[in-house]
Amino acid sequence: MIAAFHVTPTFYLVLAAALFSIGAIGLLVRRNVLVMFMCIELMLNAVNLTFVAFAKALNDIGGQVLVFFTLVVAAAEVAVGLAIIVAIFRRRREATADDLRVLEG
Amino acid sequence: MRPPISTPSVDWLAISPELALAAAGVVIVMLRALLRRRPLATPLCAVVAISGTVAAGAVEYRLWHVIRHHHAITTVAGMVRVDLFGVFLGVVVLAATILAILLSVAYLHREQLEAPEYLALVLLSAAGMLAMTTANDLIVVFLALEVLSIPLYVLAAFDRRRLSSQEAGIKYFVLGSFSSAIFLYGVALCYGATGTTSLTGIADFLSRNTLLDQGTLLAGIAMLLVGLGFKVAAVPFHMWTPDVYQGAPTPVTSFMSAATKAAGFAALLRVFGVAFPLYRSDWRPAVWALAVLSLVVGSVAAVIQTDVKRILAYSSIAHAGYVLIGFQAGTSRGREAALLYLFVYAFMTIGAFAVITVAARRGDDHHSLDDYRGLALERPVVGGLLIFFVLAQAGVPLTGGFIAKLEVFSAAAQANQYGLLIIGVLASVVAAFFYLRIAYTLLTPGAEAPKPVAALRRVDVWSAVVLLACAALVLVVGVVPGAFVHWAKDATFLL
Repeated sequence: MIAAFHVTPTFYLVLAAALFSIGAIGLLVRRNVLVMFMCIELMLNAVNLTFVAFAKALNDIGGQVLVFFTLVVAAAEVAVGLAIIVAIFRRRREATADDLRVLEG
Repeated sequence: MRPPISTPSVDWLAISPELALAAAGVVIVMLRALLRRRPLATPLCAVVAISGTVAAGAVEYRLWHVIRHHHAITTVAGMVRVDLFGVFLGVVVLAATILAILLSVAYLHREQLEAPEYLALVLLSAAGMLAMTTANDLIVVFLALEVLSIPLYVLAAFDRRRLSSQEAGIKYFVLGSFSSAIFLYGVALCYGATGTTSLTGIADFLSRNTLLDQGTLLAGIAMLLVGLGFKVAAVPFHMWTPDVYQGAPTPVTSFMSAATKAAGFAALLRVFGVAFPLYRSDWRPAVWALAVLSLVVGSVAAVIQTDVKRILAYSSIAHAGYVLIGFQAGTSRGREAALLYLFVYAFMTIGAFAVITVAARRGDDHHSLDDYRGLALERPVVGGLLIFFVLAQAGVPLTGGFIAKLEVFSAAAQANQYGLLIIGVLASVVAAFFYLRIAYTLLTPGAEAPKPVAALRRVDVWSAVVLLACAALVLVVGVVPGAFVHWAKDATFLL
């Protein structure tokens, strides 16, 4: 019975969709900026998994190449995002989204 | 022995506007490293930035003529397609860039933020915007989106002494990356459904095949729309706009509002017009809803605001609604109206933010309506220009804003979108209320003697150039629109 259990690309697509949703929901409900930041990374990596799964399903190398572009972009985002968070940490001890409320009207 | 790697042929002229801006940005970073804090560094970098932008503009001018007499250029293995559409919006982006740079020079000096990095970031962001106007592949659109956004996150947070600026930066960063991730997932789903990310490739595939399972592609299209909707600040993806526009340094706000919107709509019009014309009946209702929500929320929410920068932020959301009307029509007439609107809007919004930049006190933190009371009486020219720009945004005849709105409405009428047309007209009536409120505030003397905003400073020459250039263009488009309409029409022809 175990032998009939094939792992198809669809499994990975569903897993990626689940990861993406976890990231998106986490971003919306968590208040800590660093955790929100990790949620964005989770979303981007879920997309990477989707690309690879589709590339496998379509038998096309293009999708796997796209992952490298995503990785580079994610790295650049990490650098800038952490820099902004550090700049805010320097001004105040903690960084949760609820503390950032100078701009509301 | 392996065969040599074959690289795609590159038409260097076609991509040289992006290269010029990126090169100028890199040169500035180098100069900064070499000159350190010598007094010469900042002016020298400003000269490099302006010459880079002018060089890019000269190439765009040349490209416009080459393409008009021959044909659109597709290069770098079909990743980039330089056509009149891209060149037109490229010119809008470059105009916004150069005006924002000129506006920033005095501002940076006043706020003691003098740092050549600022100029480098503006140039790199503009390079991303230019790449976006000519992108012919979803992955290039994504890369351009990131290249334009990442410098803007830093620019929004550039004023490190002001907490509101840092807050704007982090909010823009979190929501911007969120939208980029959604956009990227949309790219992945479209790739899964069609097996390619090239816009023309997707259109080819969809015209030759019938998809058994439409769900993946439709979800992908929806996510692309959400991701780009964030960038152009369409409701319900507009939450970041008021906070970021208010908190960011004012010249950055002007750059963001004019240039990002042009680049975002370039991607929207191209992706949906080139790749998914066969799915028009699916995406047009969604765009209809975005347009209506943007018009209503933008116009109504602006009425209850008391901060001038926030009012203009909501008005920019409403303006996105008008451009979406043109996009929703789905016709070449609609695209022409959208292009003309983006062109005029760039100068109206930069002009308004330019007045706010020169009229504000040091610190860039006092922008409530009360701070602006009586400005037009104390400084008739500066205050008068702000009144002119808000009236233009309201769509008063003889200004470019009127022509732009007229074009959009007639495109909607031609596409039989009378409901949208009526909502658009009603929204502009509501919007007229808060535009006139700004004008009224500027013209009534304050209750107390001290003048909060205007510490009667002379306007520096470069900001004056920006103000006059914006006012002149908005006026010229309003009085003799013929040539501009003609250019916008040319730009839609080859899409």
